[in-house]
Amino acid sequence: MKMDMSQYLDVFLEESKEHLGSLNQCLLELEKDSGNIDALNEIFRAAHTLKGMSSTMGFDDVADLTHHMENVLSDLKEGVLPVNSSVIDTIFQCFDRLQMIIDKIEVNGSGTMDNTDLINILENIKTGNFEAAATVEQEISTLTSISTGGDSSYQDSFAFNEYDITVLKEAVSRNFKIYNIKVAIDQGCLMKSVRAFMVFKAVEEDGEVIKSLPSAQDLDEGKFKSNFEIFVISTATAQDLEKRLGNISETSILYIQEINVESLNAQSNSRRNSDDNSSKPSSNNPDSSRSHKVKHTVRVDIDRLDNLMNLVGELVMHKGRLEQIGFSNNIDELNETIEQIDRISTDLQSVVMKVRMVPIEQVFNRFPRMVRDLARDLNKEVEFLIEGRETELDRTVIDEIGDPLVHLLRNAIDHGLESSQERLRKGKLQKGTVILRARHEGNNVYIEVEDDGGGIDTDEIITKAVDKGILTTREAEQLSREEAIELLFNPGFSTANNITDISGRGVGLDVVKTKIESLSGEIFVDSKPGQGTRFRIKLPLTLAIIQALMVSVQDEIYAIPLSSVDETTMITTSDIKMVQNQEVIMLRGSVLPLYRLGDLLSVPGQSQVDDMYVVVVRKAERQIGLVVDILIGQQEIVIKSLGRLLGGIPGLAGAIVAGDGHVRLILDITTLF
Amino acid sequence: MEETVNLYYQGSYSQDNEIQVVAFNLGKEEYAVDILNVQDINRLLDITRVPRSESYIEGIVNLRGNIIPIINLHKRFNLQSEGNEEDKRIIVFQFNDLKVGIIVDEVSEVLHLKKEDIEETGKVYSSINAEHIKGIAKVNNRLLILLDLLKIMEQ
Repeated sequence: MKMDMSQYLDVFLEESKEHLGSLNQCLLELEKDSGNIDALNEIFRAAHTLKGMSSTMGFDDVADLTHHMENVLSDLKEGVLPVNSSVIDTIFQCFDRLQMIIDKIEVNGSGTMDNTDLINILENIKTGNFEAAATVEQEISTLTSISTGGDSSYQDSFAFNEYDITVLKEAVSRNFKIYNIKVAIDQGCLMKSVRAFMVFKAVEEDGEVIKSLPSAQDLDEGKFKSNFEIFVISTATAQDLEKRLGNISETSILYIQEINVESLNAQSNSRRNSDDNSSKPSSNNPDSSRSHKVKHTVRVDIDRLDNLMNLVGELVMHKGRLEQIGFSNNIDELNETIEQIDRISTDLQSVVMKVRMVPIEQVFNRFPRMVRDLARDLNKEVEFLIEGRETELDRTVIDEIGDPLVHLLRNAIDHGLESSQERLRKGKLQKGTVILRARHEGNNVYIEVEDDGGGIDTDEIITKAVDKGILTTREAEQLSREEAIELLFNPGFSTANNITDISGRGVGLDVVKTKIESLSGEIFVDSKPGQGTRFRIKLPLTLAIIQALMVSVQDEIYAIPLSSVDETTMITTSDIKMVQNQEVIMLRGSVLPLYRLGDLLSVPGQSQVDDMYVVVVRKAERQIGLVVDILIGQQEIVIKSLGRLLGGIPGLAGAIVAGDGHVRLILDITTLF
Repeated sequence: MEETVNLYYQGSYSQDNEIQVVAFNLGKEEYAVDILNVQDINRLLDITRVPRSESYIEGIVNLRGNIIPIINLHKRFNLQSEGNEEDKRIIVFQFNDLKVGIIVDEVSEVLHLKKEDIEETGKVYSSINAEHIKGIAKVNNRLLILLDLLKIMEQ
């Protein structure tokens, strides 16, 4: 039964990654507490599922490696092997290898890799306790099958979804046994469906047919050749069943196998084939099966969500246009309807937005492992805490935020935390603490990486900056602590005295900053000497639809995201003063530097107006005044990317299609100046 | 049965041996691009200037909800603009996920070119560097320069 598996490849990859993620996490827990049976069980379960999935997909190397891993894991579970660091390290290595193979499959569509080295290690671990291991294996084999002949593997022919498995597990817990039975019907038989019916009838005396191949309906209509397979839960023994089925004429039993429920795989992809049967078993025990109902989810291609978002965007855009028409015509009935549409489209928008939200857990989950390995390599003791892993963020942001965080965490462990000896000398706990925290605040999400290390040494930064010619000695003297820290984000700046392969290759924080700005986010640093450092990343909840202030300079119209606007004010030419060759105004007692948008963007022509508007924007906690000709008003806009050819122009965040069909550009305040 | 197979074979053969191109004028020269890459031919739409971009980027336009960058090949290759304003067109191309438009002085026609009529670029006398040209085709007494737009875009 060879089927085309390519369509399931995406699902396979996605699920494999999830399983690997949970494997890593559980193994870390197990490492912390070797008696954690739950973690071990979870590892076993995930490894098993991975094995089943990969062998179904034909990725034998994955299946083979997980199989050997599983052998060792089952020994750990039975307590035959002790949970020690060498075993755990080996299993970590296996996870890494699996990750490599799966990455390879993602790129090439096929993943073959020689794993004999790891398999040998696994074998050695296992045979280290050979006698004990052997008995366990025997136990397992007796559980798995009482075979009366026949070589067909039930895994090939039957595919179970999670629902089926739940039912089966439930059945087993009620002392039911599971059998796989293959029955052949004699060549000359005229009423095959009747014979099939009799087989069902005989089995259902003290059991239930869970699944059949072909489906029950096909069997009923006689749409099958000469034999069929059924999957049965029953209280009867295999011998009883054999006897009972042997009495039905014109049929013969090919085999009856008892099945271990643990060895079945949840294969969500087969749900379609099995739908017509899955309703049957519930009749036996309706209450118990209902209570096991899992929360239904659907995996959706991100492109489709983007499409949906685009459509909603278009709707919002035309709603804006409608509002304009309603406003200028002032027809009550029209305005009422527009209000309704407004409400619905706002709801729709928030629903679509929610659909795109994913918990940041997905990104965070890979860090404990990374931190552990790093701490080990660097010979540091690190307590790694994660807070707010349930915080949700737009999918597009989630996909991009991983790398910057890796960078910051590496920095925190490598540069932030002192060595154990130094910490003891300073009277700190020997174990350093690194906290990764996510939380919502208004329309933003904050992600923080905090360490209790030595803090940022600004003197060292300044010396480095002068050495590298980023600063003159005179400039350096006037630098505030904040400004000195800001230098860290200067391209090509690295303070690590010894360059390790972990961080400090000169491509450091400037890359992080660029990445975060490309996500319309900002990054801040607080650092107290001797007490630690905290990097704070501020990200917008969503990148798709935002509120913007529309402004114009000459004939050109631009959109400024409202999230970076503090206030607006009107000034005349006489309000402008010059300070050190810089135009400024006094705004409620403080000096506000002014930049003319027309100059910044080289808009052709000169503004001739005396009255102009200042949009006060906020960049990295500093206020700047942006001079424009006219404030047009506030609008909901749908951000469109400028594409590959025009991406990355400083000051531009994207474009919108305005209600009148014109394209307008969105300003990116963080990179405009 | 036999015949249909033959016909089909001939059909596909001739397709393999021929390409369809859109011919257009840029300055005094005649150029062509494979029609399979052409998505749309449009009058000059309202082009929004993109500040801080390369000088040969004319701006962006809205084409049925898509934002499309427009390249001015005249500026890119220092060509003289010829012909009437109202003859000017934007040709929008699509290469995989990249969509881009170019401004041309006039779109003349769609032509079938035989592969043997196309010469690989050896010596070509055109205002556009040889590296941006896929080949040159002789049709009746005309010379058509086949542009390699993807190369132009990538630089």
